[in-house]
Amino acid sequence: MSMIAAATEGSLPFPILTALIAAPALGALFTVLSSNRRPEITKLIAVLSSVFTGALGLWLLAAFEKGEEGFQFASRHEWIGAWGIGWNVGVDGISLFLVVLTGVLFPLVIVGVDPHHDEKRYLSWLLLLEAGVMGSFLSLDLFLFFLFFEIVLVPMYFLIGGWGYDQRIYAATKFFLYTMVGSAFMLVGIVTTAILAERDLGFVTFDLVQIAEGASFATSTARWLFFAFAIAFAVKVPLFPLHTWLPDAHTQAPTGGSVILAGVLLKLGTYGLLRFGVYLFPEAALWSREIFLTLAVIGIIWGAIAATMQTDLKRLVAYSSVAHLGFIVLGTFAFSSQAVSGGVMQMVNHGVSTGALFLLVGMIYERRHTRQIAELKGLQKVAPVFAGVFMVVMLSSIGVPGLNGFVGEFLVLIGAFPTARWWTVIAATGVILAALYLLWAYQRVFHGEPDEQNSTFAELKLREGLVLAPFIAIIVFCGVYPKPMLDRIEPSVNALLDRVEVVTGYAAPEASHSEPANAEGEEE
Amino acid sequence: MEPMTYPSIDWLAITPLIVLLGGTMIGLVAGSLTKMWRSSAYAVSTAVLAVAALAVSIAIWVDVDSDGPRTIINDALTVDHFTVFVWIGITISLGLVSLSSANFLRRESMDGPEIYALYVTASLGGMIMAASNDMIVLFLGLETLSIALYVLAASNRRRVESQESGLKYFILGGFASAFFLYGVALVYGATGTTNIGGISDVLSREIFVRPDDAMLLAGLALMLVGLGFKVAAAPFHFWTPDVYQGAPTPVTALMASVGKFAAFAAFVRVLVSALSNRSEDWRPVIWVLAILSITLGSVLAVVQTDVKRMLAYSSISHAGFILIGLEAAGHSGDVEGVPSMFVYMMIYSVLVIGSFTVVSLVTRSGDARSDLAAFRGLGAQRPALALAMTVFLLAQAGVPVTSGFIAKFGVIKSAVVNDSYAIAIIAMVASVIAAFLYLKIMISMWLSDDADGAAPKESVEVPWSAATVIAGAAAFTLVVGVWPNWLIDASRDLLVLIN
Repeated sequence: MSMIAAATEGSLPFPILTALIAAPALGALFTVLSSNRRPEITKLIAVLSSVFTGALGLWLLAAFEKGEEGFQFASRHEWIGAWGIGWNVGVDGISLFLVVLTGVLFPLVIVGVDPHHDEKRYLSWLLLLEAGVMGSFLSLDLFLFFLFFEIVLVPMYFLIGGWGYDQRIYAATKFFLYTMVGSAFMLVGIVTTAILAERDLGFVTFDLVQIAEGASFATSTARWLFFAFAIAFAVKVPLFPLHTWLPDAHTQAPTGGSVILAGVLLKLGTYGLLRFGVYLFPEAALWSREIFLTLAVIGIIWGAIAATMQTDLKRLVAYSSVAHLGFIVLGTFAFSSQAVSGGVMQMVNHGVSTGALFLLVGMIYERRHTRQIAELKGLQKVAPVFAGVFMVVMLSSIGVPGLNGFVGEFLVLIGAFPTARWWTVIAATGVILAALYLLWAYQRVFHGEPDEQNSTFAELKLREGLVLAPFIAIIVFCGVYPKPMLDRIEPSVNALLDRVEVVTGYAAPEASHSEPANAEGEEE
Repeated sequence: MEPMTYPSIDWLAITPLIVLLGGTMIGLVAGSLTKMWRSSAYAVSTAVLAVAALAVSIAIWVDVDSDGPRTIINDALTVDHFTVFVWIGITISLGLVSLSSANFLRRESMDGPEIYALYVTASLGGMIMAASNDMIVLFLGLETLSIALYVLAASNRRRVESQESGLKYFILGGFASAFFLYGVALVYGATGTTNIGGISDVLSREIFVRPDDAMLLAGLALMLVGLGFKVAAAPFHFWTPDVYQGAPTPVTALMASVGKFAAFAAFVRVLVSALSNRSEDWRPVIWVLAILSITLGSVLAVVQTDVKRMLAYSSISHAGFILIGLEAAGHSGDVEGVPSMFVYMMIYSVLVIGSFTVVSLVTRSGDARSDLAAFRGLGAQRPALALAMTVFLLAQAGVPVTSGFIAKFGVIKSAVVNDSYAIAIIAMVASVIAAFLYLKIMISMWLSDDADGAAPKESVEVPWSAATVIAGAAAFTLVVGVWPNWLIDASRDLLVLIN
């Protein structure tokens, strides 16, 4: 039961998690220090450090102990002793794939997307961003988590503001301030959590596990604290009605920024809700579940309707993110093993498919210098391979069986049905709406006869193809054979739900904490 | 008639004051007898003086470690960790401001020994305020600091804004000093002593009844007005933007660092040492001052277009954050308030000096262009300078891995420990508004193109002296952001106030 007992010291000879954070950070430092006159060396440093980080991530995946529920490769060092703050990192099934996704996405973005100007600064911001995201997913100390969560804003702000499109400064500022408002509440929440926990524990600490296991909060206090955390995460997700920064930020960000923003940054919110919200304050999370379920469902429908109405292809994809993230929140607050696991899978799947969609939209923009759906026509004729790749990615985003998007959404819906029936029923229509807006967009952009401007649309280049290949591979593999992924996610999810059950006495009607393999038997 | 008795003097404990006083006297005499010194010589010798005083202060810190705190010169001054911490902060600020002035004063044809002598005098006054164990001594220190600053504010005779700044500061500051002094008199009337330890003793021994109680409270209120003015807390902040904007930029840095350091030290001496028994009376006032300063400072800063004014308003909001620590110190048994205040103050001093040093370079000759447009293209033209400024701004916004985050975290923690959740949340939300202000400056530096041609044509020169200050301040900001242990540990000793 106790997660701390299950935490295994690293079975690797070196602290791999610390290395995962340090490698991109050092890469950022070296790119800054590299000579202005040798841009190819700067690029090489950036590529090598991100590829190295990616390799570490894959190694972590290979070395991860399947079926363990607790934190693995944990490493812990005292940092600010007077305040009980430590360098405290660890990975479990919930964070594992997000870490791997981060490790895989960044090198692809660095290799695959051209910033066009000031490449040196662009690359160092990107690497700093990677370090921040890694740190957020790996931190098991509240202070450390907040530090990484907040530091992520700075590189993203400069990436949007420096390399984005026309409204970039407005979008970047909006993104920064929105997120910071949420963080303001979370910081007070974090400090309060630690101070109140001190009264139970007898010593001050920001250690997540120690606080969760050792401290008990009064019911109303816990609810207040939960909301302080939840506001920050709800902005990040983003949950309706706090989502208005997202379409602006996504649309105005450079392609690389959009991929990262959609791919991993939004997951900081959904991940945070699970890791900190539900884990620290199970009763409060359960108590407020109807609010979150409702907001999630509104997000699904609203995002889908808004996406349908868009004339800008990138903005369409951005709104589709609002809808997809709604499914993840729905899964999280359904409190059943399948739904939560499906939500975690969906975090990764959305990162892959929406990341790839943004890459493709970026490629279209590179060729045509427009993202207006009305100005694009008949691309399938002139670039069939490009259209085919787009089709696969789009189908994954819709959630067509056999591709990764289906697995997560299906698990969420099937898991949430017994515990949150009516929300699930409405959410399921979101799947249909997704097919509507994406297929309609595809039809308008790719079908028909290309007019004059579109007839010179270039076919997929080799470099582009190589960058997209890993996305397609993941999309197909996870769609066909999701078992390895679920095997690693489910034990940690079940441990979390067990904790909810122990603290609150709530058990999902059909929460079968049986073999994790059962879940996806049906959809193969 | 009794023979006059002289108090015995612990010379060692006041060495930093003597070093500064003696050094500046010698400097003034030598400066007036010799021809103009070579470039930067005045600045460097002042910085050396500051470093000497800093070194002695550190030695005294160690001495207090072993021998414990004590009062000296007939209970007039206190030598405890608190005093020495403020001394260290003030001498560091003095050294940085002196160095950052070197090229500035030459550029503005203001170079000469007088300015530096006034810097040292102001610092000396601040150090006396921090050490004072008597209201009269505190007032003497306050006046020494203030008068030097009035003159400094008006010291650029070529700019009418500087004259205006000096005059405004003088008139309003004079009123504030008078308020404070009248407050001291009333407290004396109520308690029969001006000694800080004595006041505390009397208040803990006697139960006051009217009219003495009313007199005490009136005195407290007047002193709050005087000190509130000096730290530029809202609603006593109206002078700040005009004075900060008009004064020569390095002088502004001195006001925001040394001036605030000393005034907050005085706050602690008066409220936490002398009037701790009356914390139920003054704590709500500080609560209001803190909230007003943070929100007004942030909101008004955002609508400014002049960077010096922006930083002036932001300094009001920072003062509000430090007042959170003071509010916390007003709760009985608090152990976080005073340390968090002075960690914040130390960090903010370095930040504000770094920021104003960058501003002093960007204002270019004439010290005239401090509008946002003057910062355009700085990222392309002087990337290292713009990067340093970005670090200072992010730190002031409280972004992690910079010292500013540690500072904010400390005061927020001190508030939460004392269950002051409202103040913590209001402060954090207001700091988001302030963040918009720092973003505006960053946008101007990195992301704006000069569409309307408002950016000055003159390029920004970075002399070695200013570069040293900026690099040092940026390094401090990042090092404390990553490794704040030593500063936090040292600040814990501040609790042992002698009274």
